[in-house]
This record gives sequence, C-alpha cells and structure tokens, in this order.
Amino acid sequence: MIGRLFNSRAPLLPRDGGGEAWLGGLIAVLCFLACLSAAGAVSADRAAHGWARALRSEATVQVRPRVGETGAEAAARAAQTLAGVEGVSEAEAMDRETAEALLRPWVGDAVLPDLPVPHLVTVRLDPIAPASAVTLGRALAEAGLDATVDDHSQWRGEVERSAGLITVLASVAFLLTAGAAGAAVTYATRAGMAAQSGVINTLSLNGASDGAIAGLYQVRYGLLAAGAGAIGAGLAMAMLATLRVLGGTEGVTPALPLAWADLLILSPCPLLAGTVALVAARFTALARLKRGY
Amino acid sequence: MPVQPRRAFDSDAATETVRLSGVGFGYAVTHHALRDVNLTLPAGSFHFLTGASGAGKSTLLKLLTLAEQPTAGTLHLFGEDATAAPRRALPAFRRRMGVVFQDFRLLDHLSAFDNVALPLRLTGRKQADYADDVAEMLDWVGLGDRMDERPPALSGGEKQRLAIARAVVSKPELILADEPTGSVDKAMGERLLKLFQSLNRLGTTVLIASHDEGLAERSGATVLRLEGGRLTGGAA
Repeated sequence: MIGRLFNSRAPLLPRDGGGEAWLGGLIAVLCFLACLSAAGAVSADRAAHGWARALRSEATVQVRPRVGETGAEAAARAAQTLAGVEGVSEAEAMDRETAEALLRPWVGDAVLPDLPVPHLVTVRLDPIAPASAVTLGRALAEAGLDATVDDHSQWRGEVERSAGLITVLASVAFLLTAGAAGAAVTYATRAGMAAQSGVINTLSLNGASDGAIAGLYQVRYGLLAAGAGAIGAGLAMAMLATLRVLGGTEGVTPALPLAWADLLILSPCPLLAGTVALVAARFTALARLKRGY
Repeated sequence: MPVQPRRAFDSDAATETVRLSGVGFGYAVTHHALRDVNLTLPAGSFHFLTGASGAGKSTLLKLLTLAEQPTAGTLHLFGEDATAAPRRALPAFRRRMGVVFQDFRLLDHLSAFDNVALPLRLTGRKQADYADDVAEMLDWVGLGDRMDERPPALSGGEKQRLAIARAVVSKPELILADEPTGSVDKAMGERLLKLFQSLNRLGTTVLIASHDEGLAERSGATVLRLEGGRLTGGAA
C-alpha cells in the first residue's frame, strides 16, 4: 500500500507497440534528413558568404598602355595611383607570370606564350570603407590612364543569389519534412483512436473531457516524436562530426565547409519534432472526438 | 464502509436528480426503443427498473449517461437541462454519476486498482490522495488481494464487482447500474445490494436496471417496469 503512494501511474492509453515503433522509426529518419538539409544549408550559406566577402574586398583593374608606354609601366603607374585612393588598402601590378598562372587552368601551357595577356592590377579594398568602382575609375582617369575597373559585382551577385536559393530550398525541405512528420502522426493518431475506441468510450463515460483525452494522445506522440527526433539528430550529428574530422576546417569540399558549431543548430530537432507531433496529435484527436471518433 | 455523499441536496433545483418528460428514442424512423417516458427520480431515492430483454432498460440508461440523446421530450439531470447537452458539458454531468455497465467496460491494460481509481484520477486528484479509498473499496467488494491483477485474469463475477467498485468509489450523487448482479452468486448479489442501499441511505440516488424481479422486491425499492419502450408501472 505504501508503494502505491509513490508509484508512477499506469498510462491510461494502452501501448500500441508495433505501430508506435514504426512511427518512431519514420520520424527518426525524417529528422535525420531534416538535420542534414539544415546543416547543408548553413554550410553552403557560409561558403557562399565567404566567397562573396572575398570578392567584395578586391577589385581588378585592366590597364591598356598608351603609345610609347609598356604594359608593365602602365600597370605600375595604375597601382601607384590607386594605392593613394581613399578606401584602398593595397594595389599591386600583376606580373606576366602571375597572370599566366591564372589563365593556365583554362587555356593550357601550349598557347600561353602567344596570347596577349592583359595587364592587370589587383586592388585590395579597405574592408570597413571600401572605395567604389566609380571612385577607382575616376582616379585612374585623372591620372591619364586608360583602364577598366571590375569590382566583381556580377560574380558576387551570382554567388549571393545561389546562397539565397540554397537557403530557400533547405527551408522548403525542412517544411516538407515537418509536414510529413505531422501527417504520419495524424495517421497514427486516427488509427490509434479507431483501435482504442472502447478505451476512449470508457474514459469519456467516467468523466474525461475531450481535451483530457486529446491530451493523452498529444503527450504520447509528442514524447515519441521527441525521442525519435533525438535519435535522428544524434545520427546526423555523428555523421557531420565524422565529416568534420575527416575534412578539417575546410570540410570535405570547399563548397560545404563544416564547423563544430553547426552541430549545435541540430539540437532543437527533438523539441521541434515533439512540438509538431504534439500539435498534430491534439488537433487530430479533438476533431475525431467531435465526430464521434 | 465509510461512504459519504459528495454533495448535500439542499436546493430546490437539486431535489430532482433525474426528470424525463415525454422522452422518446428511436434507432431508426420505424423502430422506437422508448416512447413517451415520464419519470422523476427524487434526490436520495432508490429505484429498480425491470422489464424483459429488449424492453428498453439499457436504452434508458444510455440516455441517462448521456451516451445518446433523446429524439423526443426533455431530460433533466441534477436540475439542469441535459436534453441536447454539447460534448463539452458532458464531463461535468458524468462526474456526478457512477455507472455500472452490463459489459463492465473495464480497461484491460490497467490493474484492478487503476480501474477502480479511474474516476478519481480523471478529476485530477493525486494517487496519494485516493489510494486508501480505492484499496478499501477493493477490499469491500472482495478484491483486496487482487488489486494488481488485470481484468482478463479475473472471473466474470470479479469483473462485475470491480465495475461496481469503480462506479461508487467517487461517491457520486447518482448511481446507474445495468444488471449489476447478473454475473455474481446470490450471496454476493445480496452484499452488493446492501452496498447500494448503504450509499442510498447516505443520500445517493440509485437506479438499478435488472431482470431479477425477486431482487427488486427484496430490496424494498420502488420498482419501475418497462414494456415495449413504455413505462408501465411505478413511474413518478
């Protein structure tokens, strides 16, 4: 008798072993996939922003020498002019070897000696208050230089658009995953209520309100989904940690640089899974009770 | 047995626990299980409801437990109109009554203790608050040594006693029992009748549906008779 004062009470709903195991497994897989897509989106976004930042901090100037002036002389004069412009940290004329090294992956060694390699100046901009392409162009024109300034804005825009698209796709994938988990819980709740109609009837006739009965289902499926979410997130964390160890700070590929902090963003997964299941189970149960289950 | 009524019947509205006025119920347009039933159960009264199988006893109890709604007439419970009570209003009515179902309706996955404790648990009470009451009730119906057993392990008579213990453990104002002695021997039947009588003496309104007219007569209670869905005798 003393023990009854302290024992936890038996659940009012009978266990549905097979069905609940199936549902738990499904939610764990969904959470695993959702975690991978979330980590992938964060990682791709980091890579894209890193590239965009690098592009934003530099400009490239192509100089065309005037009559009586060599390309190297024109590039050196342009570098000297630009180094004095406010918002420029450093300007350096690119020698022919460096320019050829940039072109070599695209055209190969065979034709390089015959190619008219452009005379370039690499400009590193002040990261806090960078000079604009217009300012650089004006400074070059005032110095009597025939030059074209490329601030990489076209590339930067493409990279930022790609990062945005990846984020949107990852969000859609996450919402679809959450919807699939909600649909699975809805189906399980309906099946459970159909199988347990006698139990529900007895609870109701003994004074249980619809809200209390729905609460039994929401707690059951909420806890189940939270546990399954923890398993799915744990597996995803283990997989990402392995990739991080194997790939180092650069990740397995430069397009997906992984950070240890990325694992932390997966930690709310059990809570989110539990919340989705809880809401789905409650609304489903209340609707079924209203219709006479 | 230390049974105390939960509420005193001291207001005019509560002097009638049950009032049926012109109540009818039909499962189909052509089949009427109950017709023009007029019945009043004053607070603290004890009635037996008799009749042959199919006379409408169980249907009448379904209306009183609000499992079904009358298709004609009005139904008042505890002084309130419950004729077309919405689902959200049902728990408040049902927590004031204890019901013994003919098919017991025990929860097979719960122990005997947890089955009896169910009405108390559904009101939000803590187990420590009601554990003694439940154990005492199980002792009284002769199941004190079987409180950890689940219903599938109990005999028909034991299940019936368990169902009765569950119906009365919350000390309800109204007890409705459908054939509560149908599965027990005569001695236990008499003992259970005494339980209902002692609850009635403490103010609980009791209505027992039974085909055992001998038991009804021995009880000294008012006997109501249903024939073909109509109340033919003893109606108030």
